[in-house]
Amino acid sequence: MTDAILELAGVSKSFGGIQALRQVRFALKQGQIVALIGPNGAGKTTLVNVVTGVQRASGGHVLFRGADVTGQRPFQAARRGLARTFQIVQPFPRMSVLENVMAGALFAGAHARLADAVAAAREEIEFTGLSAFAQRPASALTLAGRKRLELAKSLAMRPRLLMLDEVNAGLNPSEIDRALALIRAIAARGITVLIIEHVMKVVFSLAERVIVLHHGELIADGNPRDIAVHPRVIEAYLGEKFARRIREDGTNG
Amino acid sequence: MNARHWQYLLVGAWVLALAATPLWGSNYIVRLATIIAMYSALTLSWNFIGGFTGYPSFATAAFFGLGSYAGALAQNAGMPMLIAWLIATILAGAFAAALGGILLRLKGHYFAIGSIGIVEVTRLVVGSWGSLTGGGNGLNVPFMTGGPDIVARTFLAAMIAIMAIVLAVTIAVDRARFGFALRCIQQNEDAADMVGVNTTRCKIAAFVLSGLFCGTVGAAYASWTGYIDPNESFSLIMSIKVPVMCLLGGAGTVLGPLLGAGAFLLLEEFFWANFLDYNRAILGAVIVVLIFFLPGGLLNIPHRHIWLRMGSRARDPGTAA
Repeated sequence: MTDAILELAGVSKSFGGIQALRQVRFALKQGQIVALIGPNGAGKTTLVNVVTGVQRASGGHVLFRGADVTGQRPFQAARRGLARTFQIVQPFPRMSVLENVMAGALFAGAHARLADAVAAAREEIEFTGLSAFAQRPASALTLAGRKRLELAKSLAMRPRLLMLDEVNAGLNPSEIDRALALIRAIAARGITVLIIEHVMKVVFSLAERVIVLHHGELIADGNPRDIAVHPRVIEAYLGEKFARRIREDGTNG
Repeated sequence: MNARHWQYLLVGAWVLALAATPLWGSNYIVRLATIIAMYSALTLSWNFIGGFTGYPSFATAAFFGLGSYAGALAQNAGMPMLIAWLIATILAGAFAAALGGILLRLKGHYFAIGSIGIVEVTRLVVGSWGSLTGGGNGLNVPFMTGGPDIVARTFLAAMIAIMAIVLAVTIAVDRARFGFALRCIQQNEDAADMVGVNTTRCKIAAFVLSGLFCGTVGAAYASWTGYIDPNESFSLIMSIKVPVMCLLGGAGTVLGPLLGAGAFLLLEEFFWANFLDYNRAILGAVIVVLIFFLPGGLLNIPHRHIWLRMGSRARDPGTAA
C-alpha cells in the first residue's frame, strides 16, 4: 500500500447503458513496467482517460501517491506527474519539435522559465533521438517520429507514472525494436510505465506484470508467464495457438 | 541589427508619423490618424483571443459599447475624464471575465455565434434601459474645453497612448509563458490540457485582455465625439471589421494587428474618397482577395519564396511556367 504509486479502487465508467469499466481495482508499484492488454473495446483507453481526468469515473476512486485524485482535470494530472501519450498522436502541429517538448517542461515540469524549459526540452529530444529534427515543425515528422515526440513531450513533464497508449501501433519491426529500447531506458530512469499494447512481442519482452481487461472487467493480473496460460485470457484474447507458442518458447528458453 | 530590430524601428517610425500629423496635416488627417490608432488598439486587443488563442470572437463591439456608456455615465456623474476611462476599462474587463466563464465553453463556430449574440444583447439592454442610458435618444457627454485643434490633438495623443499600452502588453504576452500557453491552446486545446496548461484560466485571461482595452477605447471615443447612441456604440460592423483587420495583418503575430488596421483604414479611406458609390463593394472585394491569397496575413507573405521564384524566372524565363 505504501509503495503503490497508482491505485484504482473499484473504478467504474459507463456511457449511457454501456458499462466500459466495471469495478476495476489494481495497484501499481513504483518503478514497474506493467502492460495493460485486452481485445478492442475492452476499456483500456477509457481506463487511461479516467485516470488522467479526460473522462470522469462513474464510480470508485483513483489514488495517486496516496491522494484521492478521482475528479481531477487533465492539467492537474499532468502537474502531479501523471503523463500519458495518445493512441492518436496529439502534437502542436505548427510548432517546432523543440517547442512541442518545451510545452511539457514549461507547464507540467519544474521549469517555469522559458530558457530553462528550452534546456530541459533539448535533453529529452536528445534522449528520444530527435535532435536532428528539433527545429522542424511537428507536422513534418513521420508517424514513428511523432510517437517519439509524444514520448519526449511526456518525459519533459517529469512524470512519475507514464501511460503509453499503443505507442507501437503502426510501426514497422525495426521501429518497434528502437521503441522497446527507449521504453526500457525510460523505466531505467525510475519512471513507472503502464503500456497498453496489442503487439505481444512488446508485452512479453518488456512487462514484469500484465493486467488483462475484457468487457471492462479485470479478468487477470499477474506475471507474463501465468497470463499466457490463463484460460480466460486465452479464450478472450490470446487464442490457443498463441498460448501454445508462448509455452513452447518458455520451455525452449 | 536583425529583422526583429528593424520591425520595432518601423513601428516606432509609424507611431511617430501618426503622432506628428497635427504638425502638417489638416484636422481631417488628424482625425484619420486618431481613428487608425483607435482601431489599432481594438485590433491588438482582439489578437489576444482571436489570434494567440484562436477563438474567433465577435464581442469587440460589446466591450467597446459598454466602455463608451460606462465612461459617458461616469463623466456625466461628474468624474474626471481619466477616472471615467479607468472605470470603463475595469468594467469591460470584469464583463469579459464573467462572460468568458460561460462563452469559452463553446468552440469554433458556436463560440463565434455566441459572441455575436453578446453584442446584440448588450445593445438591446442598453437601448431599452432608457432611465439610465437615455435609450434610443443616446447620451451626451460633456465636451472638452478648448478649441477644436486642442481637442483633436488631445484625443490623438490619448488613442496613441492606449495603442502603445496594448502593444506593450502584446509584446510581454508574446514572450511570456502565458503567451506560449495561449499558442498551445490555439493549436491543440486537448493536448495543451494534457501537458499541464490550465486552459480554462488561460482562455478567460486572454478574453479579459481582449475586452479590457476595448473598454478604454470606447470611453475615450465617447469623450471625443461627445455623443453616443446604442446603434453606433454596439455596431456589429465594428465587431467584423476588427477581426478582418487582424487577419489582414497576420493573426497571432505581434505587429500584424498594427499593419492590418493601418492598411485597412488607409484603403477604406482611399476608396471612400475616390469611389463614393462603390466603395463598400470594392473594399469587400479587396478583403475577399486578400483573405484568399494571403491566408496568413500581410506579415506572413512568403517573401523569400517569391523572391526566389522571381529570381529564377528572370534568369531562366523558358522553364518557369
